[in-house]
Amino acid sequence: MATIGIIGAGKVGTAIARLAIAAGDEVLVVASPGAQYFEQIVALTVPGARAATLGEVADAAELTILAVPFGKVDTVSLNRFNDAIVVDASNHWEPVDGIPAILHGADPGLSSSELVQRLHPGVRLVKSLNHLGYHDMDTDGAPAGAANRRAVAVAGDHAAANSTVAAFLDRIGFDAVDLGALAAGAVLQPGEQIFGRFVQREELAALAAGRELAA
Amino acid sequence: MELGVYSFGSLARDPQSGELVSSAQATRNLLEAIRVADEVGLDYFGIGEHHTPEMPASAAATILAAAASVTENITLASAVTVLSTDDPVRVFQQFATVDALSNGRAEITAGRGSSTDSFPLFGYSLGDYDKLYAEKLDLLLAINANQNVTWSGSTRPALHDAPVVPRPDAGSLPIWLGTGGNPSSSVRAGLLGLPVSYGIIGGAPARFAPLTELYRNTARANGMAEADIKVSVGSPGFIGEDGKTARDDFWPHWHNTMGVIGSQRGFAAPARLSYDRDASGTGALFVGSPEEIAERIVALHGALGHMRHFFQMDFGDMPQAQLLRSIELLGTRVKPLVDEALAEAAGQPTGA
Ligand SMILES: NC(=O)c1ccc[n+]([C@@H]2O[C@H](COP(=O)([O-])OP(=O)(O)OC[C@H]3O[C@@H](n4cnc5c(N)ncnc54)[C@H](OP(=O)(O)O)[C@@H]3O)[C@@H](O)[C@H]2O)c1
Repeated sequence: MATIGIIGAGKVGTAIARLAIAAGDEVLVVASPGAQYFEQIVALTVPGARAATLGEVADAAELTILAVPFGKVDTVSLNRFNDAIVVDASNHWEPVDGIPAILHGADPGLSSSELVQRLHPGVRLVKSLNHLGYHDMDTDGAPAGAANRRAVAVAGDHAAANSTVAAFLDRIGFDAVDLGALAAGAVLQPGEQIFGRFVQREELAALAAGRELAA
Repeated sequence: MELGVYSFGSLARDPQSGELVSSAQATRNLLEAIRVADEVGLDYFGIGEHHTPEMPASAAATILAAAASVTENITLASAVTVLSTDDPVRVFQQFATVDALSNGRAEITAGRGSSTDSFPLFGYSLGDYDKLYAEKLDLLLAINANQNVTWSGSTRPALHDAPVVPRPDAGSLPIWLGTGGNPSSSVRAGLLGLPVSYGIIGGAPARFAPLTELYRNTARANGMAEADIKVSVGSPGFIGEDGKTARDDFWPHWHNTMGVIGSQRGFAAPARLSYDRDASGTGALFVGSPEEIAERIVALHGALGHMRHFFQMDFGDMPQAQLLRSIELLGTRVKPLVDEALAEAAGQPTGA
């Protein structure tokens, strides 16, 4: 049984947390700075999980999901997460984020996750779980080997971290496809073919490689 | 249970000419839709503030004021007002005016809204969203509580014992909090003592049950009276004579709108397969025959206990006649079925 940290108890954070609980993991959920009734939020939206501080998560978690709006990634303090595995589930989503501070003066050639990595250079960042809708997370998980199992990508600069996240994805119901370096995760962003699309392992790998699919 | 409709004022395609109607005609079409909704006995019509060429209902209160004079019973509401980019004093004055003209039928739902076009339009920064929303909601509630308002904050000049008129005959306007499902919004509604309105546009609506419980628990802990603790739901929906025809008729319009939004936000338009899944059973799209939709509303009521359910029907250039027919079926066919089923359920011995 692994311990999973969740930062951002919104639509996505609670959906991933429920999957982790269902897989038998221990789940620690961190409140936003202004949160009220947070114990209630956790008890009702992720039964079985526990509210925790960032420090507790830094000490205990095998991996931590960052599921806050992209424009608020800079409000999360990750200094205690040196070398920790952090999964970046965020997207630059204009209707919510506009053009947030993290993008001001940023190199337009960098993906959103590369910017998150620069903001938090000490963590081992893995881009994953950003390319499917939160309600799909609730419904599309399936046991290993299921014919119609959905695939989810991982991309990060540390092979061991990618493997840990891939194993987590498998536990919560998805086939993992390792794309390699964090920069390769650009193909998972809004506007790209994989984003929001139900894909299985082969198809995801082919789309990521820019290959045409056999009909 | 109350049933109704909401709209962003979509441009209809004229079946004769094949052209899209003008945004002015779309505004008149919206007024006609409200009048029909009232005539067929629906309880609620909401206008979602929108500022796009495809959905031009930017001045909801103005349309609702016109509707006030051609309708009798229907609630006239915003769904939602993008409060962050508006002046709460003006919002209150406009809706209090609608309330006066309609003899007490106006409501406001404050929320984030699904688009952010109003931020550049009115000179606000999306980066200030949280502060703008919190402060403006605070001011709106202060105005709603007292005619003479004393308030200060950082997003607009302070008010010192300033009268804000006209005043609603009932003393105050119903103000709802709109949310798309972030748990902290449900908590916020309970703590502010407001009813909550969930916009559910994907996934299985019954999965919102923990959020409604969270809202009710917070509201009770905050001392809200039971009668004031209310939940409503807005979802995409369309009703036809039979289920298959309804799904076939709605599909091109849904696909069209999702294609436009998807191209702006970077996702592919849904495939027919996923549409068919979402438009049946426990999905988020209430598209079907009157019997199917009534059954699904009643089932969801069992999970969420909502007191009002309203549907956005006029997606992607749907002809006006099609919209009006769907509204008519909601009022004349779905509503009696829902009333009947809920009365029957209430009459049954408890513990079943
Ligand atoms: N919605 C989707 O289907 C989807 C799918 C994949 C990825 N994503 C991405 O996932 C991220 C979250 O999206 P969402 O839809 O879940 O948004 P959401 O429902 O608004 O949730 C965001 C959560 O983050 C919390 N938060 C903000 N700052 C925080 C901080 N410093 N520490 C801890 N928590 C903090 C917020 O708390 P408060 O409400 O109290 O501020 C809120 O609970 C976004 O980057 C989004 O692009 C979304």
